[in-house]
Amino acid sequence: MKRRVGFNVERIPIASGRLVFFVSLLAILAAFVVAGIFFQIYGVSPIKAYQLILRGSLGSRFGIAETVRRTIPLLLCGVGLTIAFRALFWNIGAEGQLLMGAVAAAGVALFSGLPVPLLLPAMFIGGFIGGAAWGLIPAILKVMLGLNDVITTLMMNYIAIYFIEWLIHGPWKGPTARGFAYTDTFPRSAWLPTIYGTRIHWPTLVLGLVLAVIMYLMVTRTRSGFEIRVIGENPNAARFAGISQLKTALLVMLISGGFAGLAGVGEVAGIHQRLLGPTNISMGYGYTAIIVAWLARRNPLAVIVTSLLFGAIMTGGDVIKVSLGLPFQLINVFNGLILFFLIGSEILLRYRISFLLRR
Amino acid sequence: MSWETWIIATLSRSIVYGTPLLLGTLGEIYAERSGVLNLGVEGMMIMGAYFAFTTAYITGNPWLGILMGAVVGGAFSLIHAFTSVTLKANQVVSGLSLTMLGLGLSGVLGRGWEGKPLPASLPKITVSSLSKIPFLGPILFEGQNLIVYLTILLVPLLWYILYRTRIGITIRSVGESPATADSLGINVDRVRYICVFLGGILAGVAGGYLSVAYRPAWTEGMTAGTGWIVIALTIFAFWNPAYGMLGAYLFAALYHLSYRLQPWVSPELLKAMPYIFAILVLILVSRGTLQKRMGAPAALALPYTRGEE
Amino acid sequence: MDNSEGYAIELRGIVKRFPGVVANDGIDLKVRRGEIHCLLGENGAGKTTLMRVLYGLYRPDEGEIILNGQPVQMTSPRAALNHRVGMVHQHFRLVPTLSVEENIVLGLDEGSGPFMNFRKTREKISVIANEYGLSVDLQTKVWQLTVGQQQRVEILKALYRKVNILIMDEPTSVLTPQEVDQLFSTLRTLVDDGLTIIFITHKLDEVIKVSDRVTVLRKGKVVETLLTTEMDKPTLARLMVGREVVFRLEKSPLEQREKLLEVNDLHVLNDRGLSALRGVSFDLFGGEILGVAGVSGNGQYELAEVFTGLRKSTKGRVFLAKKEVTNCSAREMNNLKVAHIPAERIKMGIVPALSIRENLILKKYRYFPFSYREFLNNKEIEENAHRAISDYQIAAPSCETPAKLLSGGNIQKVILARELSENPSLIVAVHPTYGLDIGATEQVRQVLLAQRERGAATLLISEDLEEIMTLSDRIMVLFNGEVMGILDAESAAIEEIGLMMAGTRHQGEEL
Repeated sequence: MKRRVGFNVERIPIASGRLVFFVSLLAILAAFVVAGIFFQIYGVSPIKAYQLILRGSLGSRFGIAETVRRTIPLLLCGVGLTIAFRALFWNIGAEGQLLMGAVAAAGVALFSGLPVPLLLPAMFIGGFIGGAAWGLIPAILKVMLGLNDVITTLMMNYIAIYFIEWLIHGPWKGPTARGFAYTDTFPRSAWLPTIYGTRIHWPTLVLGLVLAVIMYLMVTRTRSGFEIRVIGENPNAARFAGISQLKTALLVMLISGGFAGLAGVGEVAGIHQRLLGPTNISMGYGYTAIIVAWLARRNPLAVIVTSLLFGAIMTGGDVIKVSLGLPFQLINVFNGLILFFLIGSEILLRYRISFLLRR
Repeated sequence: MSWETWIIATLSRSIVYGTPLLLGTLGEIYAERSGVLNLGVEGMMIMGAYFAFTTAYITGNPWLGILMGAVVGGAFSLIHAFTSVTLKANQVVSGLSLTMLGLGLSGVLGRGWEGKPLPASLPKITVSSLSKIPFLGPILFEGQNLIVYLTILLVPLLWYILYRTRIGITIRSVGESPATADSLGINVDRVRYICVFLGGILAGVAGGYLSVAYRPAWTEGMTAGTGWIVIALTIFAFWNPAYGMLGAYLFAALYHLSYRLQPWVSPELLKAMPYIFAILVLILVSRGTLQKRMGAPAALALPYTRGEE
Repeated sequence: MDNSEGYAIELRGIVKRFPGVVANDGIDLKVRRGEIHCLLGENGAGKTTLMRVLYGLYRPDEGEIILNGQPVQMTSPRAALNHRVGMVHQHFRLVPTLSVEENIVLGLDEGSGPFMNFRKTREKISVIANEYGLSVDLQTKVWQLTVGQQQRVEILKALYRKVNILIMDEPTSVLTPQEVDQLFSTLRTLVDDGLTIIFITHKLDEVIKVSDRVTVLRKGKVVETLLTTEMDKPTLARLMVGREVVFRLEKSPLEQREKLLEVNDLHVLNDRGLSALRGVSFDLFGGEILGVAGVSGNGQYELAEVFTGLRKSTKGRVFLAKKEVTNCSAREMNNLKVAHIPAERIKMGIVPALSIRENLILKKYRYFPFSYREFLNNKEIEENAHRAISDYQIAAPSCETPAKLLSGGNIQKVILARELSENPSLIVAVHPTYGLDIGATEQVRQVLLAQRERGAATLLISEDLEEIMTLSDRIMVLFNGEVMGILDAESAAIEEIGLMMAGTRHQGEEL
């Protein structure tokens, strides 16, 4: 419906890849501009702030290392989320799945008594299972009972958080320091190797990169990938074609939850070497990964790039905290703004506005 | 402590903590009834909490604080309304982004406000004559504040509006069948904006209540997931203000009990109960004949399909 | 100056464009006060668009609307209602979970403030209902009503708003012949009371039966306006399609082969848990087309879903080529070579965002050579697509084109190519030519006839009685979920079919 003489609004059926890229870039820039305004309000020159962030996160060896280290969980969670989102399963619970993966890994590390060569692989397997199980529960509830996936995955996050709280204050309680509770430190054999001088636990990184590629291939070249795409684009046609909703939902949540679980393993085995309070294990990686996956337009390969971006932002947050005295929460402002502008800008991908000169 | 005293104390505290839950839920019910899922409640609450606190601190007037909380919550919700209704973007993601934004902004702005004492909180009211009523008296009429009473009064009012007035019919039609409402000349977008705005205002008041009356204090992230419980509450209140009240006070009781029962049950378990309970109730309700016989409309209420027409 | 007196409605030069099509191309229409004026045309002729312009749902690109001599701007449905123009849509605009009276009152501002005085409203509605014989229980929720009752609510809605112009968009598509007669007499009563009625239809019978004058539209333009007395069916049909319409297709004589489908005492529930099919039994043979007639909502959709594995039955048995297939899943029916051409092309038949070649293997992707173990064989898939595109003459830039960009006819061709490529033994076709232009319709019908000659058994479910009578060898009528009778198509009289559609069981021998 045209409302005004002078311009015409047409619906574009499909947006080209270039347009998508351009619009995404625009959204990110808009977010940075608005964030810059907040800097200004706080009394800090935005340009100075951004320079600091850039130098801090990508300009020094230490900065890059920190960026990469933060990218790892974002990468793993993000890849898993692209798969879930493709099947229209709104997995808001990556955070909880990550945490449960961490719990499983910690359990294996502290109590399994496995010999050295088996311990780390067992932790990864355990973490995958832990995260996958946590993700499968909402999947089953959705397919069998029609429960809304947003709500269930969200609720499971909090259940996971309190579960860990209980563990570290109760049965798995270790030494307490400065009022923070955590478990005993893992045995040395349960520590993930890191690149010298950094906190990059490279096995998890490699795992993430490999899984990104595998997932991309899966989506484009396999039967299951085809089924996921069909369900995501038209669930009715999927029924029609005899594609099992149950199987697909279980598959995508197995993957999505499992990958998040792997991220959890990486965090406790690679960074902390023990099970900590939930907010210390994950600084919102699960939620940030949603933006990572969204920005990547549900393409597992693109997640490699977008997770790096957000890893840099998070490192930038640290830099700001230290050098400018601004609170770390600023990250959330960035994330919120980027996500907000991303979905706000999607209207540019759906409609073409052309200006007509008329008498 | 005798059983009776214990129960009275629990119920009394339930009403206190249940009030922000109820406020948030009432607002979210209206928003969702009009077809918009607002996952930004947590963000709106905490923004309301922050601005309410600082305003109350600066002006010394707690009521101004609450008012400011309402204004800020409402303003924030208008952003969500804009992306969801006008831009027709994905409502789940829009709400999430606003929650992140709200948490982040309030955390940034709130630096330095932590630990500051509030000069004047909301006055506690005790109606001595009514508080003599056995059982109900001490629960409702000792040491509560005005907002609690206003909230309780809001329930029948909002219920009546929704089910017995023209406005309510309009709202419900917009949420069930916007095409129909539109063909009859109802401005669907406007109705949705108003309902989301109402949700934002109530969320802001809820937040303000937390920082100005409940604690009173400001802490980063002080809403601690209240907004998320509101989302769950809305659903198993069947989008009905009356059931919302029941649910809100019930959850509040559970939360309160998590501290009381510490010696016997782990506090973490009780704190997780609302969330576990939410899922359990959703499961129970999903099999109800009520949903089945109603057919499509109940399915229409699933947040992420509504609003996408 | 043109004297527009006596004309309730005058549309001058209405032009309405949509991307890719001019729905209304300079339409002039004059409707006299107090007449029933039919707008006749095929699907896509522009009738509904024109009326939506009149009702304010669309703004015309050019042209003007003149009511009772005064030019008006129809900016929205609200404006239309203010000008006392009401519309009863083809797909009812009712809110299912609200009650009848709430629906009637929806959107109205009675001046009594936000609060409702239901008693007064109920009285007012009852007066209107009694006057025109449109009784219905005001407090029931709309989802509990029958379709005929829902339509009455729609009419009451308009009357409550004191319209004096009523637009009805294909109102009879969901009614039995008896209900149609009832509707027509209601319309006559309304017209006697001074209302003006515009009646959109594509059914020739109705035009002759109920209208005073008829305007025929074709491809967005007015062809002619006739008086009732000046018309007969062949003339109307010719005007509607632009050439002589052959009512019977060239069809080779029936060669019934072995029995392919046997259905015994089938009982099926619909989505609401109510009975959709009760004790349906019939046989279907290879090489024939069994048309399933009946007013929409009498179990036809559910019947189709049973044979394609999308719906479970509660009782009864189904045999395909002597093998029991009762309650098989969609995948199993697929494997047994059952083809399904769904009613809703875009919603069910294709995956709009995926490419043509991917859509073509929607059912075959699990099989060699299109995939091996887990992996898809893209080369084979592409070749398959090229073959299908040329066999069925699908007009598309390439096989990578997303299906949603295709026209309705081409989408249907993709579906046909996909479903029929494996030489199915049973074809379930539901409204296969709905919404297609004449050319595409003929192509689809030819395809179905070719399959019939090949020996496939076809279950043809359609609301277009003409189509059923043209294509079928035998006709089965469903009413209220029961089989009213099965007749030979050649010898069946349309009146008898109509009677069965309204509930009269066929007396005499069944085929």
